[in-house]
Amino acid sequence: MLFDKFQAMADFQTELSRRDVKPFGAITDEVISATEGVVQGRRVILAGTNNYLGLSYDPRCIEASQAAAAQWGTGTTGSRLANGSFAEHVALEAEMADFYGVGQAIVFSTGYAATMGMCATVAGPDDVILLDADSHSSIYSGVKLSGAEIIRYRHSSPDDLAKRLRRLGDRAGRTLVIAEGIYSMLGDVAPLQEIAAIKREYGAYLLVDEAHSMGVLGETGRGAAQAAGIEDDVDFIVGTFSKSLGAVGGFAISRHAILDTIRYCIRAYIFTASSSPSVVASVRQALRIVREEPERRERLWDNATRLYNGLRELGLPVGPAVSPVVAVEFTDREQAIAAWYQLFDSGVYVNLVVPPASPSTNFLLRNSMSAAHTPQQIDHIITAYRGLLDAGLATPKTAA
Amino acid sequence: MTTFGEKAVNDNGSGYQTYLAFLCELLQKHNRQQVTIGESTGLVTDLGLSSLEVMELIEQTEDHFDISIPLNILPDVNTVADLAQKIQQLRG
Repeated sequence: MLFDKFQAMADFQTELSRRDVKPFGAITDEVISATEGVVQGRRVILAGTNNYLGLSYDPRCIEASQAAAAQWGTGTTGSRLANGSFAEHVALEAEMADFYGVGQAIVFSTGYAATMGMCATVAGPDDVILLDADSHSSIYSGVKLSGAEIIRYRHSSPDDLAKRLRRLGDRAGRTLVIAEGIYSMLGDVAPLQEIAAIKREYGAYLLVDEAHSMGVLGETGRGAAQAAGIEDDVDFIVGTFSKSLGAVGGFAISRHAILDTIRYCIRAYIFTASSSPSVVASVRQALRIVREEPERRERLWDNATRLYNGLRELGLPVGPAVSPVVAVEFTDREQAIAAWYQLFDSGVYVNLVVPPASPSTNFLLRNSMSAAHTPQQIDHIITAYRGLLDAGLATPKTAA
Repeated sequence: MTTFGEKAVNDNGSGYQTYLAFLCELLQKHNRQQVTIGESTGLVTDLGLSSLEVMELIEQTEDHFDISIPLNILPDVNTVADLAQKIQQLRG
């Protein structure tokens, strides 16, 4: 039967339906602020968003968005290559290029489209793509469409990457290496200095997905490549407007002038409607704030450190280093689901991640910090996690 | 490793039997159903490997034979024999 393959998912959804709130697709009734909302009748601290700089509710972004809607209407109703290139889109591309200090930028309707589109287009049937094993779904989807030979390297392993480039021989020069700045599930930062050195040695190309690191890392917020000091080695950067910039959309930038030609070959760019001008206007304003208010990044990292240290001191199995994404790992599925419900009942909304979305067979409660979280909110989150330990719904790392 | 190398000598140089023996041994640790593992054993259908276990098998095979197995070929790999043949092709 055509639908047999969906049965396991249907069974899982039925299991979760025993409660009125489901961890996947819980409905937000009201957004109170960047860090608080009402989810299916319960007021909660939002600790599962990617609103890293807290800009989704910034009055300047809202005002810019409202003004653009009044000026340009609610949507473009067409592709960038047809009727959908408004002055707003072109201005944002120029500002993104200027922010990164490069000549070219492309604005996409979503971050997924940006990453998938670039990964599907830059390398083709005669080329090779070397991607990190823990790459985001948009990367896997894109490379599958590229027609290139696709090879995985072990997650964040420069040695494994070098080994695979060596095996390729002359083909290394036709290889696109893909890494992410911050990996979305566990919040770990890629070893970009080592990756860039290997890329240089073998003459390959490098694409870095800064979806979770743009606005978060680097002296001016350009991301992990800037923080690692290897921007000159990066051939393409892709990212999103839906995280630190608090809206929706995606981008690609490059120091290669060819990017402006590549744009006419990206199906995810051509065959979809362009972003609403109101969205673009809010992104432009958010980008100005990123440039002018570096203290937001400092607050974000202070908050991340407070949560990370708090959960680690409880003995919970968190990652090896502080990151705006703080994931708590569970080996037991039922325990992870029960823990999510208890956190929700305690007024804390986090992301439940189950395999294969998680990078191993483990389950995750994925917390993401925002510059807008208050110390009191973070302490409330830590207290809620302590409640999991008290209820036997989490296992301290030392006891694992 | 030496054992597999010796087997290759009895393999007309093609290595297929070597790869087969290597895979059968490697798969024993995933043999939850205690089936007899051979050429026709299905990696998912008979052994019930998860996608993560398949990738672990691929990585161990890559390390052992110093090859990279492209993801593109995996849709054609259903049985142990399929994977052994792919290794043979990749090693030329």
